[in-house]
Amino acid sequence: MKQLMTGNEAAARGAYEAGVLFAAAYPGTPSTEILENLGTLYKKDVYSEWAPNEKVAVESAIGAAIAGGRALACMKHVGVNVAADPLMTFGYTGTTAGFVIVSADDPGMHSSQNEQDNRYYAKFAKIPMLEPSDSKEALEYMKAAYELSEKWSTPVFFRMTTRVCHSKSIVEFGERKEAKPFKYEKNIARYVATPAYAKVMRVKVEERMKKMEEFSNTTDLNKPEYNGSRIGVISSGVAYQYAREVFGEEASYLKLGFTHPMPMNLIKEFASKVDKLYIVEELEPYMEDQIRAAGIDCIGKAVIPNIGELDTDRVRKAVFGEENDTIKTEKKAVDRPPTLCAGCPHRGFFYSLSKRKGIMVTGDIGCYTLGNAEPLYAIDTTICMGASISTGHGAAKVFEKTEPGKKVVSVIGDSTFLHTGVSSLMSAAYNGGNSVAVILDNRITGMTGHQQNPGTGYTLMGEPAPQVDIPALCVAMGIRAENIFIVNPNNLEENDAALDKALAAEGPSVIITKWPCILKKPSDHDKKQFDLSKKTCKVNADKCRNCKMCLKTGCPALFAKDGKVVIDQGSCTGCNVCGQVCPFDAIEKAGE
Amino acid sequence: MADIKNILLVGVGGQGTILASKILSAALVDSGYDVKMSEVHGMAQRGGSVTTQIRYGKKVYSPIIGRGEADVMVCFEKMEAIRWIEFVKPDAKVVINDFEIPSAPILVGSAEYPQGIIEELSSKAEVSVFEAAKIAKELGNPKAMNIVLLGALVKALGLEAMDWDRYISENVKKGFEELNIRAFRAGMDAI
Ligand SMILES: Cc1ncc(C[n+]2csc(CCOP(=O)(O)OP(=O)(O)O)c2C)c(N)n1
Repeated sequence: MKQLMTGNEAAARGAYEAGVLFAAAYPGTPSTEILENLGTLYKKDVYSEWAPNEKVAVESAIGAAIAGGRALACMKHVGVNVAADPLMTFGYTGTTAGFVIVSADDPGMHSSQNEQDNRYYAKFAKIPMLEPSDSKEALEYMKAAYELSEKWSTPVFFRMTTRVCHSKSIVEFGERKEAKPFKYEKNIARYVATPAYAKVMRVKVEERMKKMEEFSNTTDLNKPEYNGSRIGVISSGVAYQYAREVFGEEASYLKLGFTHPMPMNLIKEFASKVDKLYIVEELEPYMEDQIRAAGIDCIGKAVIPNIGELDTDRVRKAVFGEENDTIKTEKKAVDRPPTLCAGCPHRGFFYSLSKRKGIMVTGDIGCYTLGNAEPLYAIDTTICMGASISTGHGAAKVFEKTEPGKKVVSVIGDSTFLHTGVSSLMSAAYNGGNSVAVILDNRITGMTGHQQNPGTGYTLMGEPAPQVDIPALCVAMGIRAENIFIVNPNNLEENDAALDKALAAEGPSVIITKWPCILKKPSDHDKKQFDLSKKTCKVNADKCRNCKMCLKTGCPALFAKDGKVVIDQGSCTGCNVCGQVCPFDAIEKAGE
Repeated sequence: MADIKNILLVGVGGQGTILASKILSAALVDSGYDVKMSEVHGMAQRGGSVTTQIRYGKKVYSPIIGRGEADVMVCFEKMEAIRWIEFVKPDAKVVINDFEIPSAPILVGSAEYPQGIIEELSSKAEVSVFEAAKIAKELGNPKAMNIVLLGALVKALGLEAMDWDRYISENVKKGFEELNIRAFRAGMDAI
């Protein structure tokens, strides 16, 4: 069958066809759809689950693979940082059944906080790496990855990038082939990584590296295409597609699909047959450094930028100094930054928070990070998932000495709290912290497109599940019950009262804002707990004095038309945050 | 790469660029072309600027379109036409939906929606302008705006002869086939 598929759809299909039995992931753009596909289209054959974080996803998949079933773990590039600990040692023990970890990198930072080049992880962990350059390869390489994983008993690093994950190209797909599960056998020397056993494993890792390099030199995953001898290009991943187009039919190519360990003999041979050698790779000089270290002269990052993603323009300009003719205009489009949606439950809380002067607000990663933007400006820091409460705790400890009385508030989403925020709050409780943690519980993992999490009551495959009782969890970690406040964030009075009490409390305190994401399809639990009936708000023109206070909420349903504020009835959801901000009671629920 | 055609659909998250490009690419694959299509997900849902890029021909490598490469650009929103104009060829066809979605800085009053976009671009490129939203509304469903624009795009590409009724029926919600086919035809007639 032939079909247009994204790289993520094709990778999921590949895992399915390879007979994978167990798949786990934590969502993260651009990787999320791999597990979403497995958990819906292929759920009859592949058991799939959302883990609370990437470390847990990898560890669960490791257990599955040691138990004898083919296993998959997927994440965005920064997720590998979270999962690096088990990955590094799993590289030593090796696996029984096939194990693949997908790292979806985001050159250009379309939706990420950094653009780290995760190819170095494969080198760091000394495990094989495959890099598909389009959807067809995503499917084929995934199947190859399981074969290689079992051939060398090693985890395989499967590196994709945004354009490979999210671009569609034509894929030919086949049938699932059940992989015969391995029978589990206890083997302490193999799977217990104590120093004594690990020293033995360490030697085996180097032996495996030698075998993998031999393979790298001979596999057709690494393919030369000899055309002219004037220019040779070595490339991998989507960068190959750009290079192939820019250098055209005259140049020769060495396209690498198996990029760790690098095929150094093949590269030497290729280099000897061309006059000038270019290395076209996105982000860091991962390949170039290794090629140079082997004494081969080449042109890479001297001309090709290591910042941002590549495309045909950037490669053409870097190498040939040419630019296409185009149309230019002096007119400028106004930016279209992402904003909190009309009716987003985060808005009400951030509005209340933005009124508190002199506090420090440590933030985290999710839709609510947008609370930093105009006009709310209510977040001071964002580093990585789970960092809000711990950075806030550290900051509060310093303020105790440097600016007594200065308060710190940390904001974190429900999914992020359950990802790594729990241990941060535990530290604040344990270490006599004095900050306010706000858990913005919109009953879903919002930013990445509505994935279930341990707080929502459902699993990836749609089964009902227990819901984490967040207030009880906080109490169990040592937060005093009287320091925990639960509010409806669309009610500004409730927010203000909770902030007053939490900021005045002795010891660490927690505010939980509870209202479902406005874009979420309400679950049965949501329908029972919240009044989600359709409403809108309207401006009463007789009462409106045109002060424009309501625009300070940053709601995209409000706009000024001929100097007057109007509420767009198509996008307004009637949360009435603007109505509570209006000093003249000029905003009314429509129909009242 | 002269045999490759490049199409750029630009708009704002939620405008339905994705469905329109899905129908178009299904038709192109069915007709035997090599096709690559790209869109960036993620933050776009929160009101950001979105693009879908479709490339087709005998053999396509890059999944994205470079500056000065698009043969046809369809702008689901007017201001997006200026944001992306440098991606089109000097002799490209540019189809603009006369429809404004003000962005956050405009809503809070710290910037103004640029004026004179159509005049400016018409003086530099082959521009067709029409009100797809109005046409869709007249047909009874404002949400069919994306299919009206698809009709205009197909006309601009000169691909009218394909079996569009079928591709549309296969890709839209059940019960809305006829409405969408009418929307598509109205779009073809509009430019
Ligand atoms: C280590 C890591 N994993 C995954 C992501 C991707 N990511 C960004 S925000 C987010 C979800 C946030 O959900 P939640 O905390 O519930 O907040 P919401 O978006 O719903 O407001 C995820 C998974 C990331 N940035 N870092």
